[in-house]
Amino acid sequence: MGMRKVAVVGAGMTKFVRRAQETPKELSWEAAHMALESCEMTMDDIEAVCLGTAPDAFDGIHMNGEYLSDGAGAWRKPYMRSYVGGGTGVFVPIQGWYHIASGLFDVVMVVAEEKMSSYYPHAQAAFLTIFDHTTERPLKPNLLWIFAMEMNRYMTTYGISKADIAQVAVLHKRNAADHPCALLGDADITLDDILKSEVLAWPVQRLDVSPVSDGAVAVILAAEHVAKRITDKPVWIEGVGWHLDTGYWTNRDLAYPRYVEYAARMAYDMAGIKEPRKEIHIVEPYDPFDYKALHHLEGLQLAERGKAPELYSDGTASRTGNMPVCPSGGLLGVGNPIAAAGLMKIAELFWQLRGEAGARQVPGQPRRGLAQAWGDLMQVGTVVIMGR
Amino acid sequence: MTANIKEFPGISLNEQDFADGKILYNFDKLNGLYAWDTGIGIGSYLASLKNGVILGSHCKTCRKVVVPPRTICEWCFRPMDEFVPLKDTGIVNTFSLCYVTWDVQRIKDPEIPAVIDIDGASPMHGIMHMLGDVDPQEVKIGMRVQAVWKPTSERKGSINDIQYFKPIEEK
Amino acid sequence: MALLNRDPNSPVVWNGELPITNRYTYGLAGEKFFRTLKDEGRILGTHCPHCDQTYVPAAIFCERCLAKLDDWVDVGTSGEVNTFTFLQVNLNGSPLEKPEIIAFVRFGDGGLIHRLGEITPDQVEIGMMVQAVFKPSSERIGSILDIDYFKPV
Repeated sequence: MGMRKVAVVGAGMTKFVRRAQETPKELSWEAAHMALESCEMTMDDIEAVCLGTAPDAFDGIHMNGEYLSDGAGAWRKPYMRSYVGGGTGVFVPIQGWYHIASGLFDVVMVVAEEKMSSYYPHAQAAFLTIFDHTTERPLKPNLLWIFAMEMNRYMTTYGISKADIAQVAVLHKRNAADHPCALLGDADITLDDILKSEVLAWPVQRLDVSPVSDGAVAVILAAEHVAKRITDKPVWIEGVGWHLDTGYWTNRDLAYPRYVEYAARMAYDMAGIKEPRKEIHIVEPYDPFDYKALHHLEGLQLAERGKAPELYSDGTASRTGNMPVCPSGGLLGVGNPIAAAGLMKIAELFWQLRGEAGARQVPGQPRRGLAQAWGDLMQVGTVVIMGR
Repeated sequence: MTANIKEFPGISLNEQDFADGKILYNFDKLNGLYAWDTGIGIGSYLASLKNGVILGSHCKTCRKVVVPPRTICEWCFRPMDEFVPLKDTGIVNTFSLCYVTWDVQRIKDPEIPAVIDIDGASPMHGIMHMLGDVDPQEVKIGMRVQAVWKPTSERKGSINDIQYFKPIEEK
Repeated sequence: MALLNRDPNSPVVWNGELPITNRYTYGLAGEKFFRTLKDEGRILGTHCPHCDQTYVPAAIFCERCLAKLDDWVDVGTSGEVNTFTFLQVNLNGSPLEKPEIIAFVRFGDGGLIHRLGEITPDQVEIGMMVQAVFKPSSERIGSILDIDYFKPV
């Protein structure tokens, strides 16, 4: 298609914490600085910057992306911000990817940052802005409603129980115990802990949800000829896909994320993947809620509809299984700073495919991984496939 | 590389740090007041609600009746052909029992938000609203429900002109 | 009715508001910068040796080379007026009794935006030196308003 090969050559991230002392600019800087150090590059090498950060409403700062740009090294450089809610984490590297694939730039820094804690007293209230102001906000909704309703529909359509779904939270939180930046890693958590946690909006219980967090992640992308000079283990971006569905979320089948399917097909096509279940070695689906991981695995064509829980119950999804899911611990374990969470998955795949993930390393020298994010009002699917 | 890094950046605070004045901070309150134009589609929807009718719109090309009504069909991107009055009954597509309010306060009796597929609209096309006059434990997906309207004099042209949906007694 | 015409009975406007309250931490650089303003009545900047830039208000990183900065410098309490304006109206558009003078005062390679006081509009000039007037230390809370205003030197 005339597009150049692009690789991820460096990555950095901050801890994901409930309440960071750093300002948003400082968080972006910490991640960007670490990403540069990881591949021994300087700002002189970076030709453009792409940044993703979530609704300005959280920070009460207009043009939040531009405000953060100096922390991301965008001073006097071509700069773009992208935003698709939670999907941003996997969308902004796609933006970085086409900066290079098109031939326009050779080295791009991609940063995703989120500081949700400044919304006072609780970031949840900011999500009121996601609902239609005329037809939905008068009902005083909260974000939990949509997820709870989608979860209910998914469970009822396929006859899946809460215990089937809670397995996801258990595996991800246990995995996160090995992630140094994780907020909610717990090596000893059990199914019972999840099922006994406080009911927030049935069927969603407290431990089914990932928490409000602050954090930032940065990766460095480079064109082939540059990547090969910087590292002998570049991780190539083999396929990208993104897709948006209608904002009228009550006019859709909530049991199946078709927008994830379309994004996935676009990426599989580009990567030349014909049998995803066999050719993808590690998958990092977006998991702000435990049932979402299952929902997305089905959308990604990695499980048949209604059958994703089996990947967990038969051990396929564990780190030593046939297709590990969220070896990082995902959002449920590491944390959910809205825009940064997806990029955390990209960074994880970067480290995993190079054999540098330490205690989280998936054995057997995995060669191909997929990261997926989702966002807005149950609307967007973004997918990136990486390989060695 | 995560294997080699000992210390990741990021300083975590807790509420006590603020209370103790260990770190400096300030508050800011934005004053965002809005007056949104309701537009043609939603404007007609609201006018219809005032008259006790749920309105949808119909695209003949795509053979879809959607609700809330829009003026443009988002699938074929042509103007919709007509507005269509729908019934005020429907089927519960999904629901939740919510024990926290939008500003994170705990409540004892749950609110019951639901997506209700409205009779007269295409399948799986509905609106979000609340269920009421029902035991939370009895709510089921697939239940038939009926809108309970405010008295005519109290309706303003708003989604709250419907107070809630309640189960239809099966005869 | 013709679909693309407004229904004359429809409410034209829907009112709403955005309830946003933020609690901002001052961050790593801000912590030191504002504490020094509060406790010592001094203005600090940070210097990047690689780019030879002094950032005021202080920052923990250089925005040009992204290096970590730990070279803190006292930039004094007087600076040059780089530019200024006279505010005649309030935020809601109503007229102010007397115009407020807002200026950008140079410190290091950056500066502070603040009010000018003890001066009349016709006396303000770009290039003039002004001096920070701090609030009494008991009234300082660690805020840019710990400086009450800048007055001519």
